Amino acid sequence: MTATLQRASAGPTTRRRRAELRRLPAWAVAAAAVAAAVWVAFLADGTPAGAAVTDPGNFVVTLLDAVTFAGLLFVAASGFTLIFGLMRTVNMAHGSLFLLAAYVAIRVQEAMVGRSRNIDASDVGLLDWVVPMLVGATVAAVLGLVIQQVFLQWNEGQELRQALITLAITVVLADQMLREFGGLAGRMVWPGAVTHFFTIMGERYALTRVFMLGVAVLVGVLLWLWLNKTSLGMVIRAGVDDRQMVRGLGINIKRVFAVTFFVGSFLAGLGGVLGASFAGVAPGTDGDWLLNALVVVIIGGLGSIKGAVAGSLLYGTVVAFAPAYLPSQYSFYAIIVTFALLAMVLAVRPYGLFGRPA
Amino acid sequence: MTARRLLTRGNIGLALLVVVLLAMPNLASAFFVNFVLTQTMMLGVAAATIVFLARYGGMVSLAQFLLVGVAGFMFGNAAVEGGARGLNLGMNPWLAVVFAIVITTAVAFVLGALASRTTGLYFLMLTLVYAVIGFFVFAQIVELSGPGGITSIQRPDLMGPPVRLYYAGLVLSVLVYLGFKALGRATFGLTLQGVRDDPIRMASLGYNVPMHRTLAFTLAGFVAGLSGVLHVWWNGQIDPASIAIGPSLILLIMAVIGGISYFEGAWLGAFVYVLAFTYLRDLPLIDQIGITEARFNTVIGAVVLLIMVLSPEGLAGIAARVWRRVNKPASAAPTAPAGGPSSAA
Repeated sequence: MTATLQRASAGPTTRRRRAELRRLPAWAVAAAAVAAAVWVAFLADGTPAGAAVTDPGNFVVTLLDAVTFAGLLFVAASGFTLIFGLMRTVNMAHGSLFLLAAYVAIRVQEAMVGRSRNIDASDVGLLDWVVPMLVGATVAAVLGLVIQQVFLQWNEGQELRQALITLAITVVLADQMLREFGGLAGRMVWPGAVTHFFTIMGERYALTRVFMLGVAVLVGVLLWLWLNKTSLGMVIRAGVDDRQMVRGLGINIKRVFAVTFFVGSFLAGLGGVLGASFAGVAPGTDGDWLLNALVVVIIGGLGSIKGAVAGSLLYGTVVAFAPAYLPSQYSFYAIIVTFALLAMVLAVRPYGLFGRPA
Repeated sequence: MTARRLLTRGNIGLALLVVVLLAMPNLASAFFVNFVLTQTMMLGVAAATIVFLARYGGMVSLAQFLLVGVAGFMFGNAAVEGGARGLNLGMNPWLAVVFAIVITTAVAFVLGALASRTTGLYFLMLTLVYAVIGFFVFAQIVELSGPGGITSIQRPDLMGPPVRLYYAGLVLSVLVYLGFKALGRATFGLTLQGVRDDPIRMASLGYNVPMHRTLAFTLAGFVAGLSGVLHVWWNGQIDPASIAIGPSLILLIMAVIGGISYFEGAWLGAFVYVLAFTYLRDLPLIDQIGITEARFNTVIGAVVLLIMVLSPEGLAGIAARVWRRVNKPASAAPTAPAGGPSSAA
C-alpha cells in the first residue's frame, strides 16, 4: 500500500522535474533575449551605436538596417523553402541561380543604359532597373527549370542524391560564371528616382534600402496571394502537407513540381538582382547567399513561408545589431552571435521555429 | 566459409597494398610520393571521417574539413612563437599537437551535440552552416588568425624529411581504416547503426540516441584533427581561405567520388582527386578544349554529376558491382553449396 502510494507520488514529481528540464532551454533562450534587449536599451555605452535610450537615432537606423536586410533575406530564402516544402529537394544550386541572375541583370542594364562603367544613378530610369531584374530572374528561373527537368525529376525522394547533384551543378556553374563574367565585382545601379537620402531622428538614411524592403514586401504579398488565393497555390500547399494524397486526387503533380521549381528559381533570381543592387556581387557571392538562405530556413523551419519571414527577421536583426551593439573592440565577434542564434533556436526547436520533422 | 575466405582475400590485398605503399619512396619520384601520395593519405583520412559518419550514423557532414582546419589553426597558434598573428603560445611541438587535438575534439563535441537531434538533410545543411561560420570565425577574429592566416609553422624535428610525413600519413591511414572497420563490429558501432536505421526503436530500447550521434561526431572530429595536424605540418601554413566552403565541398566530393559508403572509397576518391588536380592540365589535348587549371572545377563538378547520376555508390561501388558480376559465373557453382549451410549455421 505504502509502496503504491510512494510510486504514485514519485511519478508526478519525476514527470514534473523532467518537464522542467525540457523547458530549461526555452527559459535560457528567453533570458538571453531579455538580456540582449536590456543591453541594447540601457547598457550598451561603449559600443559603436551607444545605448538606445541615450542615442535613439542610431537605434532607429540599426532597426531599419535590420528590417530592410531581412527583406532581402526573405526574397532569397523564400524560393529555397518553397522548393523544399513541396519536393523535399535541397537545392544547393540556389546561390548559383542568385549569382547568375545578378550577372545577367548587370549585363542587361549596361546594354540598356549604353555604358559599361561608371553608370550614374541619374542615368538609370525605373525601367532600366525593372527590365534587367525581370530578365535576370527569368534566366535563373529557366535554368532552374532545366536543372529540375534533367537532373531532379527522375530521382524524386532520393533526397541526399538530389542534394549532391545540385552541389555538383553549383561547382560547375560557379566555374563557368567565373569564365564568362570574370573575377571582378559587379554592381547593379538603383534607379535614380529612389537614390536619395531622407532624414529620420536626425540621421540620414538611404531611400534605396527602403525601396528594397518595398520590393520584398511586394514579393511576399504576391507569393501569399498566389499560395492562398489561386487553385494552383492551394494544390501546392496541399502538396506540402501530403504529396501522396494530392497525387491520389488525380492532380498532375509533375507539372506542379515544375511550376514550383520555376517560381522558386525566379525568387532566387529576384534576390540576386536585389543583392547586386544592394551590395554588389562577385565570385563567392553564390556561397554566401546559399549560406544566408540556409540560416534563414534552419531558423524558421524548412518548407514554411511563415518560417522564412520569421527567420529573415531574426537573422536580419542579429546581422544588423551585433556589429553595432557589441563593444567596439569585440565587433569582430559578430559572427559568433549568428552562431549563438542558431544554437539557441536549435536547442529549443531542432526543426526550426515553424518546421516539422520531414 | 566463404565469408572467411573473402575476408582473408581482402586482408591479403590490404597487406600487399601497404607493402607496395611502404616501398613507394624507392619506386616513384619524390614529387609523386611527397605531393600526390602524402596528400592522398591526409585527405583520405579526413574523407574517411565523412564515410564513417555517413555509413554508420547516416549523417552526411560538411563540417569535417572545418575540423581539419581547427586542428591546423590550433597547432599553429600553440607552436609558433613570435609570429605576426595568432596567440604565439610557443609550446613544445608535441604538446601543441595534444593541445590542437583536445581543442578540435571539444569543438566537435559541442557542434555534434548541437546537431544531434537533426538528421538527413537538416544535418547536411547545418554542417554546411558550421563550415561557413567556422571560416568567418577564423577570418574575423584576429587573435586566432585573421584573413592572412598563420605562416611559417614548423613541424617537429622528428618529422623533418618530407618522406617521414608520408610514412606518418600511411600509418595513420592504416590505423584509421582498420579502426573504423573494427568499430563497425563493436558495440558502439552496432548501436550507432541501429540509431541510423531506426532511432525511435533504439530510444525505446533505452539507448541515448542524441548521445550516440554526438559521440560519433566527436570521434570523427578527433580523427579529422589528426589529419589536420599532418596537413598543417605538410603545408607549413594555414589561412581561413583554405577551410572555406570550397575545400569543404571538395572533401565531400572526394568521399562521393570514391563511394560514400565504402571506407576504401575515401582514399580512392582522394587519390583520384589529387591525381586529377595534379596531372589533368598536363595532358596534351586538354589545353585544346579549354580545360586548363581555371576550368578544373568544371571537370570535377561534371565528374561528380556523372557519378551521382549513374551510381550514387561512387567508384568503389562501381568496382564492387563489376567484381560481383565478374566473379559470379565462376564462383557461383562451387561456393553456393558450401555457403548455404555455413551462413545458416
